[in-house]
Amino acid sequence: MIHSLFLINSSGDIFLEKHWKSVVSRSVCDYFFEAQERATEAENVPPVIPTPHHYLLSVYRHKIFFVAVIQTEVPPLFVIEFLHRVVDTFQDYFGVCSEPVIKDNVVVVYEVLEEMLDNGFPLATESNILKELIKPPTILRTVVNTITGSTNVGDQLPTGQLSVVPWRRTGVKYTNNEAYFDVIEEIDAIIDKSGSTITAEIQGVIDACVKLTGMPDLTLSFMNPRLLDDVSFHPCVRFKRWESERILSFIPPDGNFRLLSYHMLSWDVGKINPQKLPSLKGTMSLQAGASKPDENPTINLQFKIQQLAISGLKVNRLDMYGEKYKPFKGIKYMTKAGKFQVRT
Amino acid sequence: MSSNSFPYNEQSGGGEATELGQEATSTISPSGAFGLFSSDLKKNEDLKQMLESNKDSAKLDAMKRIVGMIAKGKNASELFPAVVKNVASKNIEIKKLVYVYLVRYAEEQQDLALLSISTFQRALKDPNQLIRASALRVLSSIRVPIIVPIMMLAIKEASADLSPYVRKNAAHAIQKLYSLDPEQKEMLIEVIEKLLKDKSTLVAGSVVMAFEEVCPDRIDLIHKNYRKLCNLLVDVEEWGQVVIIHMLTRYARTQFVSPWKEGDELEDNGKNFYESDDDQKEKTDKKKKPYTMDPDHRLLIRNTKPLLQSRNAAVVMAVAQLYWHISPKSEAGIISKSLVRLLRSNREVQYIVLQNIATMSIQRKGMFEPYLKSFYVRSTDPTMIKTLKLEILTNLANEANISTLLREFQTYVKSQDKQFAAATIQTIGRCATNILEVTDTCLNGLVCLLSNRDEIVVAESVVVIKKLLQMQPAQHGEIIKHMAKLLDSITVPVARASILWLIGENCERVPKIAPDVLRKMAKSFTSEDDLVKLQILNLGAKLYLTNSKQTKLLTQYILNLGKYDQNYDIRDRTRFIRQLIVPNVKSGALSKYAKKIFLAQKPAPLLESPFKDRDHFQLGTLSHTLNIKATGYLELSNWPEVAPDPSVRNVEVIELAKEWTPAGKAKQENSAKKFYSESEEEEDSSDSSSDSESESGSESGEQGESGEEGDSNEDSSEDSSSEQDSESGRESGLENKRTAKRNSKAKGKSDSEDGEKENEKSKTSDSSNDESSSIEDSSSDSESESEPESESESRRVTKEKEKKTKQDRTPLTKDVSLLDLDDFNPVSTPVALPTPALSPSLMADLEGLHLSTSSSVISVSTPAFVPTKTHVLLHRMSGKGLAAHYFFPRQPCIFGDKMVSIQITLNNTTDRKIENIHIGEKKLPIGMKMHVFNPIDSLEPEGSITVSMGIDFCDSTQTASFQLCTKDDCFNVNIQPPVGELLLPVAMSEKDFKKEQGLQLKLCTVGH
Repeated sequence: MIHSLFLINSSGDIFLEKHWKSVVSRSVCDYFFEAQERATEAENVPPVIPTPHHYLLSVYRHKIFFVAVIQTEVPPLFVIEFLHRVVDTFQDYFGVCSEPVIKDNVVVVYEVLEEMLDNGFPLATESNILKELIKPPTILRTVVNTITGSTNVGDQLPTGQLSVVPWRRTGVKYTNNEAYFDVIEEIDAIIDKSGSTITAEIQGVIDACVKLTGMPDLTLSFMNPRLLDDVSFHPCVRFKRWESERILSFIPPDGNFRLLSYHMLSWDVGKINPQKLPSLKGTMSLQAGASKPDENPTINLQFKIQQLAISGLKVNRLDMYGEKYKPFKGIKYMTKAGKFQVRT
Repeated sequence: MSSNSFPYNEQSGGGEATELGQEATSTISPSGAFGLFSSDLKKNEDLKQMLESNKDSAKLDAMKRIVGMIAKGKNASELFPAVVKNVASKNIEIKKLVYVYLVRYAEEQQDLALLSISTFQRALKDPNQLIRASALRVLSSIRVPIIVPIMMLAIKEASADLSPYVRKNAAHAIQKLYSLDPEQKEMLIEVIEKLLKDKSTLVAGSVVMAFEEVCPDRIDLIHKNYRKLCNLLVDVEEWGQVVIIHMLTRYARTQFVSPWKEGDELEDNGKNFYESDDDQKEKTDKKKKPYTMDPDHRLLIRNTKPLLQSRNAAVVMAVAQLYWHISPKSEAGIISKSLVRLLRSNREVQYIVLQNIATMSIQRKGMFEPYLKSFYVRSTDPTMIKTLKLEILTNLANEANISTLLREFQTYVKSQDKQFAAATIQTIGRCATNILEVTDTCLNGLVCLLSNRDEIVVAESVVVIKKLLQMQPAQHGEIIKHMAKLLDSITVPVARASILWLIGENCERVPKIAPDVLRKMAKSFTSEDDLVKLQILNLGAKLYLTNSKQTKLLTQYILNLGKYDQNYDIRDRTRFIRQLIVPNVKSGALSKYAKKIFLAQKPAPLLESPFKDRDHFQLGTLSHTLNIKATGYLELSNWPEVAPDPSVRNVEVIELAKEWTPAGKAKQENSAKKFYSESEEEEDSSDSSSDSESESGSESGEQGESGEEGDSNEDSSEDSSSEQDSESGRESGLENKRTAKRNSKAKGKSDSEDGEKENEKSKTSDSSNDESSSIEDSSSDSESESEPESESESRRVTKEKEKKTKQDRTPLTKDVSLLDLDDFNPVSTPVALPTPALSPSLMADLEGLHLSTSSSVISVSTPAFVPTKTHVLLHRMSGKGLAAHYFFPRQPCIFGDKMVSIQITLNNTTDRKIENIHIGEKKLPIGMKMHVFNPIDSLEPEGSITVSMGIDFCDSTQTASFQLCTKDDCFNVNIQPPVGELLLPVAMSEKDFKKEQGLQLKLCTVGH
């Protein structure tokens, strides 16, 4: 499937290449550069570019183009989704995903890429599994490794790989057991000139940070699960249980992960006093000397409301089964502006 | 991170410089970089030394630096001999890095690469599965043709490895070997065939991938694994899911008949496209004989549905395309919501998803109409996303929403992004042509845009207005005049050309302006763009023909200018026009028709979507995205007219049966059907497809019993209106028949039985309703429900086999040994039974009749196959730590011969004793009986106990609800049997079987 991967920075240098089948000359990227030139802006570079013998599928993130070289028919989303997963993994490993960081950690990057694909087909893409195969660099480990000559590479098959819960490794141990959940809702909206709403929708996610010893089995229930009708889950969530009882039941991955995301087109805002309509005011001034724009510009708004999920979604309780200790539990709500645009 | 992490960085001061130097040598000038180049050689020298040292840390450093070189695309091949020596290093990281190096350079250094092979061969036998797997990975990645036989052997062995992880790697190796040596295809197909049978979810995705690359045309290899793949699908890793779903989509299109109603497509494209799918469906259904979906077809559609909730966009898209290509059109609607959700992800994902929605929205706008606003453009969207959204909005436009849309478009026209503004103007043009109500509004709006400050906007408006005017000539003189004025200001060639063409076409409507325009153009001719020059020539010719008095000289002047133009197209055109319009000796007859030629009515251009003809590519593919057939694209075949034999998908048991009856599969299937459809032999032979629905209908008709008829009518009407019924078609058909049979028998009995019969009848209608709802339930419930269903079906077939071959039942023992039998079950109990394959209660019903028949003794046989699958009765979470599972042992029930035996396993997952477990209140439908298990005094922590109980389901799939109680709590639970579990396995000879059949027939007529 995926033949090769080239990492290209914004000035057009190929700073990393990796091949999973026979080597494809980097001159194939010339077609990419051409397209880049035509597009003028990075985000307008088409994600799929045909060349005489190959197809170039790319994603653009953190000012880096991740260009995959394909030779035969493949669902394009398959490759795109995989490339994004690569970026996420790098971010997870190194904290940030940038050209200098990738260059500094080129060996780990190479080892990770080697595990992620075999012959161009994804092999291990779960961060938890990868981290067992190749340990992420930490300052302490680096020091230890230099002294003892030990390595970053594990020699056992990650336990998760074979179990029914591939996303969780076994033998997890914490002294403080804690599980935090963030309910974050973003409002996407378009407001027209007169102030009326053209479209508005909520994009919500529940991000979790779970540090629990052993194999905990969690259930999370909501006060008002009916609000959620368009959802997508992390693979750990038991779909059937959700379907029948509207309860999230899952064995969580270790660490940070996105448990659930949802989408709402309409929601209940409660009562608003027509005498005292809530209003937000702001002024916009042009830079001194700048010419007046041809047309009135669109304004993008940013705001944050702490401790509130605008949809009214509320977590009822979190229970843990399968382990005997008492974990520390926490839940946080937040509402933010997503793509919130005001046309003027 | 810190420079410590990779010691080679410490010396990177010099290293970096030399590397830069090397680049310089290869690209710019060899002269200046020479010194650096030699130091590079020296550096490699020191790498060699490090690799040969006996300290692992030095070797590791060297390898890390080498990998760094490879990553940058630098040539490190000369280090091959030094590196390959370390292939057997004890240090696992060194080893891994050596593997990376080997895979990269082995192709170039084949002879040296061979030195490493023996290490891998040894590693293939390592007790550690990770080492075995990675040895296979590297061995198969070394592209050295000479080791093909070794690879083949390794793959064969690995494919039988105990570790599924190793087998997964074997599946990957298949593709590698195939690309190295396509000659191995046949042998590799054998391995694929073997791995396809693998039950591990880890292997499934990889082997299907190998199948798709090596032998995508060998669809026959899938048959036997089809149901398994469908059932495993939810548990396969996400990448495997995508591959499997795409493959199964292709499979479904070759094996099942179309679930689409005829005429759907026509109407979709035709004028009625505003009508919803449901309306159409009902309409066509009334006319057509009901279509029954193959249960396997349904299985696939049902089992992929939960994956629409995947977090992986590729999986969601794969399911969406599966629904689009193989589900009934009325069901495809559910994918819209999920696709719209994907629009929240990254720009690349949006791009692909929007493209697919664009194609879908042309054919079935109803699907996305509710989400119209999700396609509204934001100023921050990249242009390519904006234009795709615009495309979709145009496809979705109709009379109802066009005014809202036009208002929205107005904002877009003002966008800073001019390319997008231009695209919007095109869109307005398309809406104007598609929706006649708004043509004038759009045209006026576009005319207003002609005074826009931005030239691109004006130019685009001109082009679009030109197209619109062409559709309704005669009435727009004012607009044309307005546009003629624009010629003074506008510079964009396409727009100028458009205006000139428009004036030329309408030169008789604007008689005063046209010659003046020509005059101006004659002046500027030499400085115009080629496109404009051609139109000036056209305008001149048209005016010459209509108004030669005023324009003769002007035209000749222009023709002279054209004659000496630099562009040969213009010179050619000039020569052509001159010959045509200026009569002379040479031009002959043609010039007579010059006016007709130039001023002919021209057809208006069709403004249509660029996505219009994309639907011949499978959605979600690369080919669809590019709108060209990509290398290796596998065509989606059209639905077959007649479904190929569905029995090919039956598993195992059929193969055992084959040994006993040498007849072909098709014949077996046929006789199997005969058994169920008793009387109508004609119909059987004519009806080759498995349309049990119509059979049952006609049977009840034959009986002429009004009540019965009502029942079946109800069934079939239900069938046409609701989706889930078609899936249960076969089963419910079977069910109907059984009850029909029973009723007819009951008739033969004394009058006193009649009341009971009535009772039963009403139950039957209940049960058929019940059943359909249960299947709806199970659509979400992929594993537990579907499996027994398919099993029971195959079991049914076996049973028939057994019946037929009573006399040589010896092979049965072989069968039996495979099963785990319960102690109380005799291998075969001879019972005198008048009818085969009837459930216990039915047997009892008929016992009175038995006297009249000759002594046909039918043995209740052991089931040929007992699933080990258990169903959850009570989950430990809802049972406060008490868990209960049940399964159907398929044994005659010891509590009563009408009962179906059920085994319940109770588990205590708490850390306390659970006391007094018993059955509490029972809520059973009328007629149902239940034999409960004896209360259990206590169950120790972690303890488990298995108890038996019996339920008389009255031959229906009604749910038995009851309470499972402990000392402190009561839990409501229920059991609903799959149809197959209600049948009793019996064995009888073919002769007896026929006799029974005859008897049935007789009774039917007697009852009549």
